[in-house]
Amino acid sequence: MTMQTDDTTAGAGMNAVWRHRTPRGRLMLWAGWLILVAITVFCWQVMTKDTIWAFVADAPRQAADLGSRMIPPRWSYMDKLWAPLWDTINIATLGTLIGVTIAVPVAFMAAQNTTPSRLFIRPIALFIIVASRSINSLIWALLLVSIIGPGLLAGIVAIGLRSIGFVAKLLYEAIEETDIKQIEAVSATGASKAQILNYGIVPQILPAFFGISVFRWDINIRESAILGLVGAGGIGVQMQASLNTLAWPQVTLIFIVILATVVVSEWVSAKVRHTII
Amino acid sequence: MSSNTTHSGATAYPSSWKRPPLFVQDARLRWALIIGAVIYLTLAISTVEVNWVRVQEGMERGWRFVKGFLTPDFTSRWRDISQGLIESLTMTMTSTVAGIILAVPVGIGASRNLAAKPVYYVCRAIIAISRSLQEIIIAILFVAMFGFGPFAGFLTLTFATIGFMAKLLAEDIEDIDETQAEAVRATGASWWQLINYAVQPQVMPRLIGLSLYRLDINFRESAVIGIVGAGGIGATLNTAIDRYEFDSAGAVLLIIIAIVMLTEYSSGYVRRWVQ
Repeated sequence: MTMQTDDTTAGAGMNAVWRHRTPRGRLMLWAGWLILVAITVFCWQVMTKDTIWAFVADAPRQAADLGSRMIPPRWSYMDKLWAPLWDTINIATLGTLIGVTIAVPVAFMAAQNTTPSRLFIRPIALFIIVASRSINSLIWALLLVSIIGPGLLAGIVAIGLRSIGFVAKLLYEAIEETDIKQIEAVSATGASKAQILNYGIVPQILPAFFGISVFRWDINIRESAILGLVGAGGIGVQMQASLNTLAWPQVTLIFIVILATVVVSEWVSAKVRHTII
Repeated sequence: MSSNTTHSGATAYPSSWKRPPLFVQDARLRWALIIGAVIYLTLAISTVEVNWVRVQEGMERGWRFVKGFLTPDFTSRWRDISQGLIESLTMTMTSTVAGIILAVPVGIGASRNLAAKPVYYVCRAIIAISRSLQEIIIAILFVAMFGFGPFAGFLTLTFATIGFMAKLLAEDIEDIDETQAEAVRATGASWWQLINYAVQPQVMPRLIGLSLYRLDINFRESAVIGIVGAGGIGATLNTAIDRYEFDSAGAVLLIIIAIVMLTEYSSGYVRRWVQ
């Protein structure tokens, strides 16, 4: 990153020295780097203002201590994890389904070429996408747990709300990239608006749609595993309980289970996307 | 997808057209998939226990949240909000820079066309570890080790940035135009010169774009890891929601959305300017 050196080749004359950039460009570049470094240093100082360095210096000992408490994992605890694991997978799947169902109309409203109104509906759709995307599912879960109470439903709705933005954004980009020729061909047969959508656009975006959905499902598996931290069901509830009682051997086992689930879901998602695309 | 109409004979043209199925051409497999999905869904939905009374009670609270979101209260908790925001922003900036500085060597090491086999495997292992553990889990461990506060958050985000950036950088380096690297190599350039003159100019625009994207992600994540005690605006948000102060929570959420929108727009601008 910081290697903007201008190597001069030896033996060449004064004017024959090749440089990558003009003097002005070099100056601008250095100024840019300088500003970046200055901002970073400033941020660092503000951030660490209240840091207690004694705790940081103590960290290796703490890490060793934690490590000794976490190992070996308590394998017998696995009996109590199967049900939460099933819940976790359900949260991810049902949440993805809700998210996708809402995301499809939002995507059609947000795409330049299919939106009913560029002035009114498109900005609303784009705001829905940004609002859903910028708020993490854990925060959605935090809100929903305080609104509709702890449990699976809060987790499912949280995952669903978070998925809308992601799926709708990728889907509306896919809709905008559709081949106009096929749509023209369908509309030249005298097709209605709905028929154009059904025969001209849907077949073109369907592989992308399934790819995006499966990809989001894979991400949702990861996210639903931790939603329980705020009480929204799944294996995270067990994690929170174990953390609160400082039962580190159980925490280790839960980490291992989550990791295994994530790896498996990633493998499934890669496999499915590979066969679709 | 849908264009495999077949002409069987010279004279026997079909008089009607039926669209071929949109996915899974084999009918038996398609029905098996559909039935399997239905069975799974009924099983899954039947295990979801919902306390409808509680949900109904919650609707009133949900309505208060919507109202709080529409009339956010920035002033009464402004000290906590600004404190959390400063922590989040500084954490985001420092962790992105630190993460990228560490990710560049790992990324170079993880690209097959530049690194030796042992180095390649070590770097790929680093990426795999960093990517497969969620931020929140790392944050829990770092908070336990380093104590509460933004420093633990900084380390968490740095750790997550390394895996993300190194993976994408490595893929980008593996995709470079080999002829340019060949040309630079033919001049007798050393390995460092090869990186500097053949690889760097090709990957730099994308690296800058990815860095801005990661800045955006890190800010969003910084709002989350506060929930487990790693500092930032997430802690403020958590407190506001725990106290049912939905107008303050609405203010925090709106600030997060505004900043994310701002970074998204400005990063699009910068990326166009870089390319």
